[in-house]
This record gives sequence, C-alpha cells and structure tokens, in this order.
Amino acid sequence: MQQTSLAFRRKKSIAVASTVFLFPALLVIAIFIIYPIIDSFATSAYDWNGITDKLFVGFGNWKEMFHDKVFWKAFGNNLIVMVLSICIQMPIGIALATWLDKVGRKGNVAKVIWFIPMLMSSVAIGYLFRYALDANTGFVTGLSQLFGGGRVDLLGNPGKVLLTCIFIISWQFTPFYMVYYLAGYSGLSEDVKEAAMIDGATERQYFWRVALPLLKPTIKSAVILSMVGSLKYFDLVYVLTKGGPSHASELMATYMYSMAFESHRNGYASTLACGMFILISLIAIVTMRLLNRKED
Amino acid sequence: MNSKKKFRPSSIIVAVLVVLWFLICLTPLVFLIMSTFKQQFEMMNNGVFALPEGFYLGNYKALFESGRIWRYILNSLVVLVVTLVILLSFSAFASYPLSRWKFRMNKPIHGFIVACMSIPIHITLLPLYLMSVKTGLYDSIWALIGPYVAFNLPISVFILTTFMATIPKELEEAAEIDGCGRYQMFGKVMLPLVKPGLATLVIYDGVNIWNEFSFALTLTQSAANRTLPLAVNEFQGQYTMNTPMILTVLFISILPMIIVFIFGQDKLIKGMMAGAVKG
Repeated sequence: MQQTSLAFRRKKSIAVASTVFLFPALLVIAIFIIYPIIDSFATSAYDWNGITDKLFVGFGNWKEMFHDKVFWKAFGNNLIVMVLSICIQMPIGIALATWLDKVGRKGNVAKVIWFIPMLMSSVAIGYLFRYALDANTGFVTGLSQLFGGGRVDLLGNPGKVLLTCIFIISWQFTPFYMVYYLAGYSGLSEDVKEAAMIDGATERQYFWRVALPLLKPTIKSAVILSMVGSLKYFDLVYVLTKGGPSHASELMATYMYSMAFESHRNGYASTLACGMFILISLIAIVTMRLLNRKED
Repeated sequence: MNSKKKFRPSSIIVAVLVVLWFLICLTPLVFLIMSTFKQQFEMMNNGVFALPEGFYLGNYKALFESGRIWRYILNSLVVLVVTLVILLSFSAFASYPLSRWKFRMNKPIHGFIVACMSIPIHITLLPLYLMSVKTGLYDSIWALIGPYVAFNLPISVFILTTFMATIPKELEEAAEIDGCGRYQMFGKVMLPLVKPGLATLVIYDGVNIWNEFSFALTLTQSAANRTLPLAVNEFQGQYTMNTPMILTVLFISILPMIIVFIFGQDKLIKGMMAGAVKG
C-alpha cells in the first residue's frame, strides 16, 4: 500500500515537473509554428489582397493550384534540385570526409577553408555569384574571353539557369555533408579499422566493405536532410534570380513568396504554402518509411 | 616512403578531387577578398582576374565611417544574443524531462518537436507577418526573436536530448539521496554537465541566426531595423555600380562567422555528430 502510493506520488511529481519544463518550448512552437500553419490553411479558402475584406471562395484556390502550370513547374524544379543535390553533394561529401578522416589533424586548414561556404549567408553567396557570374564583368565571361570565346550569361539563360543554381547550392552545402560524414566517421571506433587492417584489408576494401556499410545510418539521415532542404529551398535562388528568367529557376518557395509579397494574393499564396507543406511532408514520410524498411 | 608503395589509381582520383575542390571552394572567395581592395572602375577596366592595383582600403574606410554598417552589426548582435539566451534556456528545459524521465507523453512530444524540423518556414511567413503587424512588432528587430527561437528549437532539443542522454543516471541518484529536488537537480547537476552541449548549440544555432534571411526580409522594412545579411541589399541601392564596395559589405558580413568557426569548429562538429550518429 505504502509502495503504490509512493510510486503514484512519484509519477505525479514527474508529470507536474515535466509539464513545467516543457511548457515554454511547446508554447513557442504553438504560437510561431502551429498557429501559423492552421491560419494558412484557413486563409487558403479566401480571396484576399491583404487590404479589402476577405472573400470566401472555398476550394477555389486549391483548384487553381492544381491547374497552375507555374506551380507544378516549380515543383518539378524542386525535384530536379533535390535529385541533383543528392547526386553531387553526397559523393563529394563522403570523398572529402574520407580524406579528412585519413589525414587527421593535418587536414585542419583544409577543413576550415572547405567549410567557409557553409558559414556564409545565402544572401552573401547569392550576391557573390551574381557578380562572379555577371555576363559582362564576371569571371566565367572572363575565362571564356581568355580562350577567345564571347560573353557567357549563365543566370540570364533559361536553359542554364537552374543548373547554375544547383551548382551554387552544391558549392554551399557540400561542406555541410562533408562535416556530417566526418562526424559519422568519428563515431566509428578505431578498433573496427584496426581489426580490418589486421585481417589484411586494403584501404579500398576497408572503405567499401567496412566503413561505407557502417556509415549507412549517417547517409540515410543526410539524404533525408538534403531532400527536405532542397524542397523548401528559397534564399539563394531568390537573391540570384527571383525564379526567373520566365520561371526557369522558379521554386515552390520563390513562387509562393512572389504571390504573397509582390502580387499580394494572400489567399492564393497561403494555398501554395499549404500545398508545399503537404508535398514536403508526404515525400519526407514516404522516404523515411522506404529507407527504414530496407533495414529489416 | 610508405605512400609510394601504396600508390594506386584511386589515390590519384582522391588527390585530384581534393585539389579541384580547393580550387572550386577558393576561387569565389579569392575573387571576393581581392575585389574589396579594388577601386570602383578597376574591375571593369582591368578585368576580373587582375590583381588589385594597390592595397586600396577606401572601401573599408568609407563603409566604417558612414556609420550605417555599425547599425546593422548592432542589430544582428542584439538579435543573436537575445535569441540565443531564450532559445538555449527553453531547449534545456524541454530536453531535461525528455531525456531523463519516463512518462507517457515523452516519446510523442519528442517526436512532435523533432518532426517540426521539416516544416517549411514559408507556410508561416504570411501569418507571422500579419501577426507582427497586429502586435505592432512589425519592422523592428523584436519581431524576429519569436520565429527564430521557434524554428531553431526542434534541432536544438534534438541535439541537447542526445547530449543529456549520455550523462550517467548515478549522478542524479546520488544527488537525490542528498535531498536534491527535481528543479534543483536541473540547475545544479544537469546544466553544469551539459555545458559542452550548450556550447555546441551556441555555435550551431548562432551561425543559422546570424545568416537568417527570409524572416528578416519579410518582418523588417526600414534600413535602420535590418540585420547584417540584408545590409548587402540596402547598400546595393546606394552603390548600384560600385561592385567592390558591395563585395566589401559582403565580406564584412561573413567575417565574424569565419572567425567563430576557426575557434569553435570542434563544437560544431560535435553537434552534427549528435545528429549524425543517432540518425
């Protein structure tokens, strides 16, 4: 009897204390994340320019979105960014991390230099590349003229602009995955490598047969991080091209932003934001399920 | 001597990649730093690849004398410090029960907070903008604090719970026997022990907050209330054709984080490790 009431008291005190400890964080999340999401879904049922009265249109905005070619083009662009980002950033990130892990402290200078792009704000990177890729004074044009070519306009050309953006995104984020994999490497114990070496494994065999399989959980979470990041990407493309020319580099987020803060179609912009939210959640959930199922 | 014996094609590929990545990584940065020492028309007249004609400091001088850059730096610093103080306290509070105690809602709440990581900020942009207008916070740096805390909380709680979970239970049990209550336990036992975790968060979240763009763009408007990442935008209007000047602003805005990283890189990597290992 004494026992159970003690256990009960303990349980109750934990319940009270954990509520106290969790309250501030959950309150902030409720106000600044959950309420806005609900509000966006509510606003998506209205036609509203932010000034005059809201006009109820039901699913009108959603219907418009389903037929909006620009939105689906933007979604397609997001998918291209997602796939190419993974194809470019993951292998290079793993390769650089492998090298850094091998050379140890000697690689510290390289590590700092390689990481700099990740420390720069996307705006800074955007402006830097806008000047660096300028069709008249940038260094790609300079390089082409050095070899007798003409001016090169990578950001103004609808056929090349998305690839150029992806290259710059990779320039920015490869260092992140490099450090991420490096962290993964430092989680592998030295014993594993020693044991492999004693068994006569070459460096190459160690990498392919031992290290890479052990890094699998790290790779999985890196892939998910990269996917979600690519689907909600905004800043750099906004600074570089604002989605142009003629929507060639439009992403869901840049399109939503221009609807909300340039065209002032708040209702439709909210619908786009909700659509984006649903698509990202779906893709994230499906990928996580797929990646975790393979393990069994 | 050993390396010669092991010479293989794969190591050539790695060496090429390492050198190539150095070039890819450094070229834009060298271009950036070199340009800050150039005069306005040097760039157009001499081409991009030319070295600066002299060690011209006029851009830096004009910038720091104009005084406006100090305003941006001050704004960024205030936002950074206030956000970090609130963010770290709330994350530590929340991580403590989630990592140490057993209660029914533990896993659902942890899962919910972590799931918030993948929410795109854009779905909150318009409502938060309207909210800031309603509360009168619009166009002040204070409008940024709430969203910054909220959107950095999930990853911070995630990292900090991993840190706290590694601390042995015995320490708490010993303190409990000595008559330490739950709330004292947090302040006197837990906090001192997770200092390395908090340091990691300072760097990890610090870089994010310092560089944040989307909220700063939508929730502030006048030049006097903007943060450093937007300074480039503002100066661009003033020095439309003066590329070296704008690149100087750019360089100044990234310099603090580079310095922080040089001293705090271990902390940053530790933070990522907490996320990487657990998956």
